[in-house]
Amino acid sequence: MHSVIVENIIKTYGKKKEVAALSAISFEIPKGELFGLIGPDGAGKTTLFRILTTLLLADSGNARVDGFDVVKEYKSIRKRVGYMPGKFSLYPDLTVEENLNFFATIFNTSISENYDLIKDIYIQIEPFKKRRAGKLSGGMKQKLALSCALIHRPSVLFLDEPTTGVDAVSRKEFWEMLKGLKQQGITILVSTPYMDEAGLCDKVALLQNGKILSIHTPQGIVDDFSDPLWAVKSTGMLHLLNDLLALEAVKDAYPFGEFHHVVLKNESGKKELEQFVQSRAKDHAVMQAVKPDIEDCFISLMKN
Amino acid sequence: MTGDKVITADKLTKRYGDFVAVDHISFEVHKGEIFGFLGANGAGKTTAMRMLCGLSLPTSGKATVAGFDVYRENEKIKQNIGYMSQKFSLYEDLTVKENMRFYGGIYGMSDAFIKNKTASILDQLHLQKEGNKLVKALPLGWKQKLAFSVAIFHEPGIVFLDEPTGGVDPVTRREFWNMIYQASESGITIFVTTHYMDEAEYCNRVSIMVDGKIEALDSPAQLKKIYEAGSMEDVFLQLARKAVRAAD
Repeated sequence: MHSVIVENIIKTYGKKKEVAALSAISFEIPKGELFGLIGPDGAGKTTLFRILTTLLLADSGNARVDGFDVVKEYKSIRKRVGYMPGKFSLYPDLTVEENLNFFATIFNTSISENYDLIKDIYIQIEPFKKRRAGKLSGGMKQKLALSCALIHRPSVLFLDEPTTGVDAVSRKEFWEMLKGLKQQGITILVSTPYMDEAGLCDKVALLQNGKILSIHTPQGIVDDFSDPLWAVKSTGMLHLLNDLLALEAVKDAYPFGEFHHVVLKNESGKKELEQFVQSRAKDHAVMQAVKPDIEDCFISLMKN
Repeated sequence: MTGDKVITADKLTKRYGDFVAVDHISFEVHKGEIFGFLGANGAGKTTAMRMLCGLSLPTSGKATVAGFDVYRENEKIKQNIGYMSQKFSLYEDLTVKENMRFYGGIYGMSDAFIKNKTASILDQLHLQKEGNKLVKALPLGWKQKLAFSVAIFHEPGIVFLDEPTGGVDPVTRREFWNMIYQASESGITIFVTTHYMDEAEYCNRVSIMVDGKIEALDSPAQLKKIYEAGSMEDVFLQLARKAVRAAD
């Protein structure tokens, strides 16, 4: 059974429909899956979230959440999904506890009834339950927002860029929390601009300019990258990049942390690259084979 | 100015009541250097940056930016630095050219300078046809690159970049860093914060703040050696996990 089904969803903005936010998007999410929507700002992630949470109408296409149609049965969907928007949307003048109570009451439940579901997350902010939400730190706001999105025990959880602007440590913690929720059987759709988070999902869709570039397991996406990939470094990295790009055998080269990643047109290009690296021995040039990651795949898909 | 040091901080401190947001930080940044300023949320980066930009007075300690004192010459500092953040950069309801006219005007550039500079930036970014378009009509990636060009429009000696690449696609992110390299080669000093650890590798030197203090400061290669880490992400995680105070 699928928790989310999206079929040919099209959404445009502007008087003349000149801005294509989503261009015929289709995908499905099986129940209990952690599904990642990976793409930069402006890719269409938030538009898709708003359509699936029944806050925005698509121009055309169909979508179902937990078996219900997003247009005809929007009321049923609203009762059973949790939504954490990208912008902090709780009441800054209410305390932590008041916010949580408010959302529980709206959904006709209570904190105590579903405490077990939020316990691991809420316990971290409970010492501050008398503090106003507006006075919380970024990390604590995020935990409160997640608690509020969960308090009615939703079957599908929508998280729009929960880790944007969050440091590497807090990001890791947040993904640990998601793993815990997944084990409780909740289907999770999460969006992120951080490519390195893709590997933590069961399946991901890479989204760019309203189109799905690829949709697969993280391993599947990486396996689809068929060109030979090498990592090269030397002193004077900026010049090295320009020289690499000038090589006949090189399809693409771009900075990648400490190294430049070099995509070759085919396996036989290795020879030219080896000769080039040897010729730069005085610059301490080294090359090594490297496995592509999601970011390599995204770059390659964007450029094709 | 002291030699080629364009930023000096000596025991720079900012307190809010009992809370020491920035706790005796000392460092120097050299001309043309790309200096990465990292830290977890709440470590004190923004407060430190605001002091260096002349926007907030320190509680104690010394600092100079572009040769000017952060206590007495903060107006001079503002004239001699560029600033760009992901949150605010350009006016969406002005055209590309109007934005440049506006920033050039604010920094007291002459009409002739503004005209020439506008033309050369549009050329460089291949935006000749977009000069009269509203900024809000441009794709995000172009906006970020344009925002950087506008931040160094008045040819400052130093530019402060506060998470300039958040949410940007991986191709544009790299094009952006290419612009940073070029600016640095032309002698502009770059002071940059980021949450992308691969970008920390692109810096000449990186400082990592934890709980208001600078816990580490060195080249990425050295830091990885010292912390026996495979990547800057490992270095960062090792240090940031030591933090005791709540993230902000």
